[in-house]
Amino acid sequence: MAKQVAIDGKGVHYTPLNQQIRKAVADGADEIVISNILGQRFIGDGLRGNVTIQLYGVPGGDLAMFMSGPTIIVHGNAEHAPGNTMDAGKVVIHGNAGDAVAHSMRGGKVFVRGDIGYRGGIHMKQYEDHYPILVVGGTAQAYLGESLAGGLLLVLGLNGPVQAREIGSGIHGGEIIIRGDVDDACLATGATKVPLTEEDRMRIAPVIREFADDFGLDPEPLTGAKYTRIVPASARPFVGKYTWE
Amino acid sequence: MDRKRRTMDGSGIRQALSMMNERGSGEGAGYVAYGVYPDYRDCYALHVFFDNVRENKDVVDATLEQWGTIEHDEAIPTYDQPNLRAVHTPWRYFFKPDPSLAPASTSPEDDIVSALVMRVNTARRGALIFSSGKNVGVFKAGGWPEEVADFYRIEDYEGYTWLAHNRYPTNTPGWWGGAHPFNLLGWSVVHNGEITSYGTNRRYIESLGYTCTMYTDTEVVAYLIDLLVRRHGLDLDLAVRALAPPFWEEIDRMPEAEREWNRALRLTYAPAMMNGPFAIVAADADTMVGFTDRSKLRPMVVGECADRLYISSEEAAIRAMEPKVESITMPAAGEPVIGRVAP
Repeated sequence: MAKQVAIDGKGVHYTPLNQQIRKAVADGADEIVISNILGQRFIGDGLRGNVTIQLYGVPGGDLAMFMSGPTIIVHGNAEHAPGNTMDAGKVVIHGNAGDAVAHSMRGGKVFVRGDIGYRGGIHMKQYEDHYPILVVGGTAQAYLGESLAGGLLLVLGLNGPVQAREIGSGIHGGEIIIRGDVDDACLATGATKVPLTEEDRMRIAPVIREFADDFGLDPEPLTGAKYTRIVPASARPFVGKYTWE
Repeated sequence: MDRKRRTMDGSGIRQALSMMNERGSGEGAGYVAYGVYPDYRDCYALHVFFDNVRENKDVVDATLEQWGTIEHDEAIPTYDQPNLRAVHTPWRYFFKPDPSLAPASTSPEDDIVSALVMRVNTARRGALIFSSGKNVGVFKAGGWPEEVADFYRIEDYEGYTWLAHNRYPTNTPGWWGGAHPFNLLGWSVVHNGEITSYGTNRRYIESLGYTCTMYTDTEVVAYLIDLLVRRHGLDLDLAVRALAPPFWEEIDRMPEAEREWNRALRLTYAPAMMNGPFAIVAADADTMVGFTDRSKLRPMVVGECADRLYISSEEAAIRAMEPKVESITMPAAGEPVIGRVAP
């Protein structure tokens, strides 16, 4: 039988809060429900295991930083950089999130139902079977996929089209896929648009289905929609920018 | 800000600020409230840090009496805190300048008071005027937000607009004068970030009669707003656009008429343009404005609830003060959020 632990987060500093979470995980909890969260940073940082954490409220920045394995479900908005340098696991945010979402994420998934701020997916990276995925249901602001080195950044634009400036600024790996058209003026130097192939579509379909399933959306209109795929303009788009060879 | 001028005591913003202690270092915090001195609403409320009241106060008294009338003055009540060393004595004057002494000025009273602030602060004779508006008061010191609030018993003050700040000094040492808010006459400013164009901005503002004396970048923002809004008469949204203008590529893509005035504004106020990461909130008696740098290198969250407008670095601080907040948004980079109180 699944073991559930409840924690009241009201007024609790993040250090004792994380100590309670770690103790619950060590004691074999399968699910931890934390109520009255307000602004506590660093929740679930460096946490390992297969536990699912339900957070009610608005957690502070750097949620799930360095996390490896667990699932965190946020019933509210999130602040800056949820999924910062996350290794594995999943963060599901039912509201909006702040700037630098999935900052340097190197594995696992971050799903945001609403909008994200600036620099979403900044410097995500992939290595062998580590493949980070950020999916945004709403829209994203400027410098989306800044310095992107790997992984998949998918923006569904359910709250309107993406009109951010400087998309893919410094991109040198990975891919940014945005539903609908993206104006060329929105692309940064070194980023280029390429057609979404059938293989690409097959590849992102399961991700879209999982996202739709998490938020109770109908996946069909999304899997069949038009997408713009943005990738580095070449294998080394910034060669010669700072040094000459 | 309460748009209907209904006052709030300082306990709410104290609690909101303490939500973000991770953003501070205990080296400076401060509060400013509008509407705190209704009994002296026609006087300029001058808040002064004296290094030593016995040695330094006579000079300030004499200077003020030369330019107007001191209606009342007293020590600002303070209450000892275990971890806050009172290195200065905060004092307040309620001052009426004599407009006949600046006959060539169109705003003699403001000009006399701002000149007095610059004169006293540059003299460096153990007195620093850090608040100089009518019916407004800055309360700041070196310490954590709660300590500074308790040092002044901030809950004893009632204001309809409050700004508060928790400092983490990075480029200069923390000291009482370097804590935010910064104020000159009606305008007060709090800022998260660093103004990397400080050198350019400072040279510009000092060529126009201001003198920077607080050893930190945010001071120039207060003076730039005073220059653009009070002295040059720019609308607030234009002033913000001069301080954080659109990128040239964006200006180039605008329709012709819009492009022309944006170009003119940016060229005219090139040395006032601020670079570097910033989120700034400024207020005067009728207005509150928040804006970020054009690349959005610092966070800014806006909340609304009936007549109340909240601007903060973090949503949690707004919710701590207003659990039933009706809307939470993150404005676009460089886009000012302006609240005005009902006339």
